[in-house]
Amino acid sequence: MLTKRIIPCLDVKDGRTVKGVNFVNLRDAGDAVELGALYAEQGADELVFLDITATVEDRKTFAELVRRVAHTINIPFTVGGGISSVADVSAMLHAGADKVSINSAAVRNPDLINELALEFGSQCIVVAIDTRYVPAGPDMPWEHIVHTHGGRKPTELRTLPWAKEVEERGAGEILLTSMDTDGTKAGFALELTATISGNANIPIIASGGAGTMEHFQEVFTAGKADAGLAASIFHFREIDIPDLKQYLHGQGIPMRMTK
Amino acid sequence: MKTVIIKYNAGNVQSVMYALDRLGASYLYTDDEAEIRSADKVIFPGVGEASTAMNYLRRKGLDRLIPSLTQPVLGTCVGMQLMCRYSEENNTTCMGIFDVDVLRFPATPGFKVPHMGWNSIHAYGSPLTAGLPEDAYVYFVHSYAAPVCPFTVASCEYVHPFSAMLHKDNFYAAQFHCEISGEVGQRILSNFLTL
Repeated sequence: MLTKRIIPCLDVKDGRTVKGVNFVNLRDAGDAVELGALYAEQGADELVFLDITATVEDRKTFAELVRRVAHTINIPFTVGGGISSVADVSAMLHAGADKVSINSAAVRNPDLINELALEFGSQCIVVAIDTRYVPAGPDMPWEHIVHTHGGRKPTELRTLPWAKEVEERGAGEILLTSMDTDGTKAGFALELTATISGNANIPIIASGGAGTMEHFQEVFTAGKADAGLAASIFHFREIDIPDLKQYLHGQGIPMRMTK
Repeated sequence: MKTVIIKYNAGNVQSVMYALDRLGASYLYTDDEAEIRSADKVIFPGVGEASTAMNYLRRKGLDRLIPSLTQPVLGTCVGMQLMCRYSEENNTTCMGIFDVDVLRFPATPGFKVPHMGWNSIHAYGSPLTAGLPEDAYVYFVHSYAAPVCPFTVASCEYVHPFSAMLHKDNFYAAQFHCEISGEVGQRILSNFLTL
């Protein structure tokens, strides 16, 4: 049976992982390659590495990190952060990444999704959508609006139509982050995730808000997510991956049990 | 031992190379006929679209070379599909090593296509699955699949049962990505290299 995936996300700066609460206060959580290998060994189903610096110089450091990760781990991993062109994607795949995630660049230039899907195949193109529930404009009703720049900058795009559009353009997966729940540890945005997943024919990775093992159970049932992503709760060992997978398995959620 | 990874427009094969590195195996990445013919083991990877890949293989003469090989050959993902008779993906005639047609997963409520993620395989009947636990999990990404047929040596269920692995004479194939399928995938690759 196809299993639900547990995905730790490693925000990377200078080869080390960091995770900010609501993307602001950064804390150091260790060496990225070692941490990735540890998660893989513990049963993580996939890994995401986000380059949160993304200057030209750091980009070379990041590509070197991607190469070390690919050499070391034997599960799929996605890389993202500042990727905005066919050349960027080519460099990351060539370094050994299995998938790349694009975010702001897709909003700026939606045709990029089509280009990348055509060039590299949909299977390796993840479109990240950061969304926030806000008034759609002055005196306008509240809606789920796509944001860029780490969730700070609102766009004109409504989240559900944008999710449908990126699928039509050839995205292979959607990484959906609710900026309302991110960093709160109060649970994933279940209703929104269920709406997006129910309207999509590609997998949805839910992100933002995981604080307990029950939150993952909810996002896979009520939230209809295909994968659940989290960062600090794994990095600071508030939840251990083997315990989480054992718990979910016990709750009847299909899980890849490795031990 | 000489292992060759066949070079064609098969998308990203970097992770295949890294997986062989982890096993301590050396390899050549080439489309040269003499090199391929003289290899002890041949890996035919694949990511991408069937008709584009077949056109390329035809231009390079690889569509005739591959079926004529006599050493162990392992095709993965689209590589496996190209070793079948036909793919529904853009109505493509393939190499016909395995006499079976590759069909798209039918649209079915509750099943997204592509079939993407970790799924379990069973009903083993190949030296490549030696030592695997029952219902081992491997990583799939595909929208087309070969149904269960006389060449099936491991099967999987998504929408309906399909062939996760095929075997005929010296030809071996896996629909999933051994190279990123954790310890299970590593075992399958190492079983192939020690055939």
